[in-house]
Amino acid sequence: MKHLKKYTFSFIFLALVGLSYIFGFAAGNQIGMNFWMFAKEMFLFLPLMFVLIGLFDVWVPREKIEKHIGEESGWKGTGLVILLAMLQAGPLYGAFPFAYLLWKKGSSIKNIFIYLGAYSTMKIPMLTFEVGFLGLKFSLLRTLITLPVFIIIGYLMEGYLKDKNFEVKQP
Amino acid sequence: MLLISIITFVLLGLSFLFDVQKTLKGIKKGLTMFMNLLPVLLLMLAFISIVLFLVPNELLIRYMGQDAGIEGWVMAALLGSVALIPGFIAYPLCGVLIKSGVAYTTIAVFITILTMVGLVTLPLEAKFFGWKTSIIRNLLSFIAAIFIGFIMSLFL
Repeated sequence: MKHLKKYTFSFIFLALVGLSYIFGFAAGNQIGMNFWMFAKEMFLFLPLMFVLIGLFDVWVPREKIEKHIGEESGWKGTGLVILLAMLQAGPLYGAFPFAYLLWKKGSSIKNIFIYLGAYSTMKIPMLTFEVGFLGLKFSLLRTLITLPVFIIIGYLMEGYLKDKNFEVKQP
Repeated sequence: MLLISIITFVLLGLSFLFDVQKTLKGIKKGLTMFMNLLPVLLLMLAFISIVLFLVPNELLIRYMGQDAGIEGWVMAALLGSVALIPGFIAYPLCGVLIKSGVAYTTIAVFITILTMVGLVTLPLEAKFFGWKTSIIRNLLSFIAAIFIGFIMSLFL
């Protein structure tokens, strides 16, 4: 029962969308369509991603990763997390579980936030879209300016969080 | 999308071949995380679908305006932080915005904010990082995006 309580608002929302459909209420229908568009992506993409993360978690030992992207990894570690982020696809909330995984496997704080920055602004699938619609010059310029900016954010976050018992929690 | 599905299934198959117990543990772990996030995710999506309905493209064009000054950037930044538009809609939309006279620098701010800052996804982010850290990260990214717009205006 307590479990279902967390879904109360979602149930109400879906009921309203359902009623809109039955009574032909256009605004409700449009909202329902929007919801379906996102939900489709989410239910196809996220469970698979979480399974992937679970597998990664049980198979890859912490020491292996920590050596490459941990406190002592330096620029190479930062380069690695940026590369990893660039190869991925999906919305920002898809990056949080990966960030949790990197943290659990011993990544430095700085590299966690650099990963989030690279994931949100430099994913290759996204860049190809950007070049198509906004041109190569725009895309290149934006990427080159953004890269140092989110690296700085990584350092700032690490500086702030270093002695604050920071952790990425498992949801 | 297709690629990640294929990769997952191939790895899943390999994993089963090597160690069934370990694989089941991994799957359970992943799906538990997903189930724990599901209530927040559903709420988030419901909220986004309503916002997306209330804010049509024409409104974005009107508010981001024609001039590339700090005002346009701040407007783009504010709109970008509340919006959560997937890339395959955002880029065509930006194409439309450019054609209707919105400056490239404003678009740069909008894109950066759209991808780095998420007010709507904040409750989700907080599940991983805690509220304080999430808010600081979003605030820093917000400032950074406006800064990026400024630097870009020196080149474009």
